[in-house]
Amino acid sequence: MSGHSTYEPKTGFERWLDMRLPIIRLAYDSAITFPTPKNLNYWWTFGGILALCLGIQIVTGIVLAMHYVPHVDYAFNSVERIMRDVNYGWLIRYMHASGASMFFLAVYVHIFRGLYYGSYKAPREVLWILGCIIYLLMMATAFMGYVLPWGQMSFHGAVVITNLLGAFPLVGNAITTWLWGGFAVDDPTLNRFFSLHYLLPFVIAGVVALHIWALHVPGNNNPTGVNVKSKADTVPFHPYYTVKDSFAIALFLILFAFFVFWFPNALLAPDNSVRANPLVTPQHIVPEWYFLPFYAMLRSVPNKLGGVITMFGAIALLFVLPWIDTSKVRSMRYRPTMRLYFFIFIAVCLVLGWCGAHEPADAVIPNVTTFTLGDYDLNSMVWLSRVATLYYLAYFLIITPVMGLTETPLPIPESISEPVLSHPASGPVAAAAATKKG
Amino acid sequence: MVSDTALGANPDPLASSDDPNRRDFIHIVTGAAAVGAVVSLAWPFIDQMNPAADTLALAQIEFDLTKVQEGQQVVVKWRGKPLFVRYRTPKEIAEAVHDDHADLRDPATDESRHKPGKPQWLILIGTCTHLGCVPTFGGGEYGGWFCPCHGSVYDTSGRIRKGPAPKNLAVPDYSFLSDTKIKVG
Repeated sequence: MSGHSTYEPKTGFERWLDMRLPIIRLAYDSAITFPTPKNLNYWWTFGGILALCLGIQIVTGIVLAMHYVPHVDYAFNSVERIMRDVNYGWLIRYMHASGASMFFLAVYVHIFRGLYYGSYKAPREVLWILGCIIYLLMMATAFMGYVLPWGQMSFHGAVVITNLLGAFPLVGNAITTWLWGGFAVDDPTLNRFFSLHYLLPFVIAGVVALHIWALHVPGNNNPTGVNVKSKADTVPFHPYYTVKDSFAIALFLILFAFFVFWFPNALLAPDNSVRANPLVTPQHIVPEWYFLPFYAMLRSVPNKLGGVITMFGAIALLFVLPWIDTSKVRSMRYRPTMRLYFFIFIAVCLVLGWCGAHEPADAVIPNVTTFTLGDYDLNSMVWLSRVATLYYLAYFLIITPVMGLTETPLPIPESISEPVLSHPASGPVAAAAATKKG
Repeated sequence: MVSDTALGANPDPLASSDDPNRRDFIHIVTGAAAVGAVVSLAWPFIDQMNPAADTLALAQIEFDLTKVQEGQQVVVKWRGKPLFVRYRTPKEIAEAVHDDHADLRDPATDESRHKPGKPQWLILIGTCTHLGCVPTFGGGEYGGWFCPCHGSVYDTSGRIRKGPAPKNLAVPDYSFLSDTKIKVG
């Protein structure tokens, strides 16, 4: 972004290396002097947090693989052995299991940050799409990792998710048989899931490298959404954002440690402490919390293929969002009406997650029966998730394109510095900017 | 043909890009061969994930029907999946036949779902046709099965009656070896 490098090799070795592999120069330019907008708030610290999460998952995962046995007869016992006999095995496994939830928590904040501040808009479309690819890879990795302990939820989760692909006409059955390597989820399935679960994090790391590369071409977006106009709008990445990111990481690790040491099983299903039994499905089968909104969408459609298409479509919409959004204003700070729809959108995602955790027929308001509409009572989780799914789809397909054309945005500041300098301590914009000091 | 090109108006391959010459031909053939090689090599790497020979070899089982009481169901494992062997009561059979022409999502008569002369024996693959969970015996308002995952309801013929599943519970290939023994697969 800066165009020219200000790195000056200080020692003879650095000069020698710089002529041959300018890797110190690359690190210096991208992590030390990189000009970063001076108004980034704490929502921008989640990129660094996510890099840490990936690192934790890879390190703990490599260690767990030293003790885990990917075989239907031994997998469950080997995980129990990790928990009981392997030195600090309990700690490493709980870090890995809670780490997955922490990773998704951070990635959802990161994605919503990008949605709110318009970080997907030109010239950052490729950066955004790479992020969507990382998210998809994370979901695939998390799903396959969840199968490995070979508990009841592992097994039946694998059955349900692989059967999703069987919904496709003509080729569906061939695809599921191919994925399973047999006629059901069995030993061949477990083996290949282990292989891929080990591989994909490194693929994610590769795409993360591209993601950061694509970030460093246009540089960071910022809470105003206004482009960096001059050097006065930026500060060097180090020490300003290295310190800010480190502080956020410290706070995040407190939450992480809270789950690892106090509530390691809070986010795990008790049924997964029962060894997989292909002949009995648990009475109440749900995915991990980070998949619940999509699970609710799947169940909201009373048609198998339709449900699968809705679920995958909900993610596919993210990929094309840069071209769906007609607004030229990046930050929703200057789009008061759209901001309202956005906050409803967040609420709807949470509602979908809540619906996904319940049975379709469960009452939303307890002990109230209204009337049966179609297949279920109106006061049921399935009807609430239908309404929420419609809002989710409408947010991208109707609200986003229409609002960009019809709304009247607030005045946009001339530069990143202007809202702070010209309206000291007055006006909502200045107040908002002041509370999020960089 | 070869001498024609070599002695033609375009002896120098760099002189013109309009006429295809022997060098272009070599490029195209080499490229096509490389693509062909990659594609044919890709197939073994894709097909290795399909069921292996020993997995396919274990695909048949025999089952002794005397183990099942009337009105009961026994679940056995076949090809890694549950197989329902249900000994239906006359009442259950009558209910199934009665609904032969009801509004069915995946229309099938009860007669087509059992072997001739053996309406009491219903042999089905015990995975919900929605997403593969194992339906619960006797559940749901039709007395057949109820799937705990997403609420699909099957009748006493294993036909889908309600919920998200698109098809009836599948009938596997099986045959009666004797009055009390079946072979599945």
